[in-house]
Amino acid sequence: MSGSVRFSGVQVGDSIPELVLPPIERLQLALFAGASGDHNPIHVDEDKARGGGLPGVIAHGMLNMAVLGRLLTNWVPQRALRGFGARFSAMAFPGDVVTCRGQITNKTEAAGEKLVELALTAENQKGDKLLVGTATVALPE
Amino acid sequence: MLGSELVGKEYEPFTFEVEKGRIRMFAHAIGETNPIYYDEAAARDAGYRSLPAPPTFPFTITMESRQPFLPIEELGVDITRSMHGEQSFTYHSDICAGDVITGRQKIVDIFEKKGGALLFIIVDTRLDNQDGRHVADLRMSIVVRNG
Repeated sequence: MSGSVRFSGVQVGDSIPELVLPPIERLQLALFAGASGDHNPIHVDEDKARGGGLPGVIAHGMLNMAVLGRLLTNWVPQRALRGFGARFSAMAFPGDVVTCRGQITNKTEAAGEKLVELALTAENQKGDKLLVGTATVALPE
Repeated sequence: MLGSELVGKEYEPFTFEVEKGRIRMFAHAIGETNPIYYDEAAARDAGYRSLPAPPTFPFTITMESRQPFLPIEELGVDITRSMHGEQSFTYHSDICAGDVITGRQKIVDIFEKKGGALLFIIVDTRLDNQDGRHVADLRMSIVVRNG
């Protein structure tokens, strides 16, 4: 983690360091079910997932979003986060390799803070966007 | 339209105790490796009272009290026809292990799209800590496939 990102050192259009995740494993889905409190069986039970018309278990949307959050907290301290949002646009499956990216879209100032806004994506190995999001981060001058 | 009378409805406040073990489990499950999410000394060195809750952990706070399910159940909607469409967080202050968080959930909008094929339920939740400090706000969009 870097505490050294400064408002004066970033420009609109800059990309932040991307985050490439290891392939999604069923074990991780089981761990996240317990840790997150989302016990929907479509994330851990192949029979129930198929019974619901899916090709198999899918990753929790909030797991994908949590990983996208790591893109941000790898870049700045968590305390710098002011806002973070995402739209869930595609499903992720075991074996998928998710890549998270962020790009600065605006620099602004509010309530005495220097803020940067980012556009975020999480994509699978085929380039399908799993998440499209935004974040607002406060930076030192 | 289904549910329009529920717009503005506020649910009973709920509470959630943020436990160290739960933060460690959550951090591990999302592949987080930063020691501030596991080790109290590292968290304190970084200026936190204790292990900080990761950015999307506030959703788990609402999930543990089954808050996201309440509007769906109240509308009588089949859970398998509903999806989490969007989620956002606004952060005002740290949430750390040891905190006791009180949440207040409210339905802020219900509307249709695509000629009624999709129903959107927009739900806001405010989180305050044990000192009465406003720590975070959440906005959830649930999408229900009609027909």
